[in-house]
Amino acid sequence: MDIGVEAYLLVSMLLFCIGMAGVLVRRNLLIVYMSLELMLNAANIALVALSRFNDNLNGQVMVFFIITVAAAEVAVGLALIVALYRRHKTAQVNELNSLKL
Amino acid sequence: MHDLLFILFSLLIVVFGVLVVAGKNPVNSAMFLVPLMICVGGLFVLLGAYFLAAIQILVYAGAVIVVFLFIIMLLDMDVEKGRRINSFAAVAGIGSSGATLGLLVLALSRSDLGAAGGGESALQGETIPLGKLLFTDYVLPFEILSVLLLVAMVGVILLSKKKLQ
Repeated sequence: MDIGVEAYLLVSMLLFCIGMAGVLVRRNLLIVYMSLELMLNAANIALVALSRFNDNLNGQVMVFFIITVAAAEVAVGLALIVALYRRHKTAQVNELNSLKL
Repeated sequence: MHDLLFILFSLLIVVFGVLVVAGKNPVNSAMFLVPLMICVGGLFVLLGAYFLAAIQILVYAGAVIVVFLFIIMLLDMDVEKGRRINSFAAVAGIGSSGATLGLLVLALSRSDLGAAGGGESALQGETIPLGKLLFTDYVLPFEILSVLLLVAMVGVILLSKKKLQ
């Protein structure tokens, strides 16, 4: 059996769709956020696999940037969730239905 | 060996991904995220991206999960007590993500990856070639990224104040 770029892309697609199902189905804001991280990781796997099989390092530099931005995004997003929780005492997306903070 | 490890890591990624998404308690989901990130790091090692594998484990399994756990403990949410997942939302969400998966697989099966599909690549994602690229071609994005991190830090400090004044 030969593991080509298709196999890696398939794993990445599966992980992306699992994360997407989590974002769509779950109501807990923190789990929705973790599902978003899964989707980001799926994109990273695809980028690294294509970088490897195209003999080109640019994809890996892109993944480096994505990981850094994702870390910053997690910090800001969780601070927002804490601010929301202080105000509304809930972290369920279906109860956060007012546009005004 | 390579094939065996690939199958192992892929299976673990899918299993832990489902566990993260389906977990009742956010703490469980966060803890399942740790082995998932380590398995993604394993795939990076198989692909020769050693530096990114180290970064993946340090940043995700280290920093990001710790921040998640901090926030979960801080909010001290009750476990979803008696909250039922809306069955219409579940069917619609799983159906649409399944349809997306079908579309992606269809696109993959029809695409011509050509020469990219085979052959032993000499590409090594070690620190030296990656660092050279990062500090020559990508030096401007790199500097912008440092500013972004500073902005994020200031924003988080501002957001976590009790009164936004």
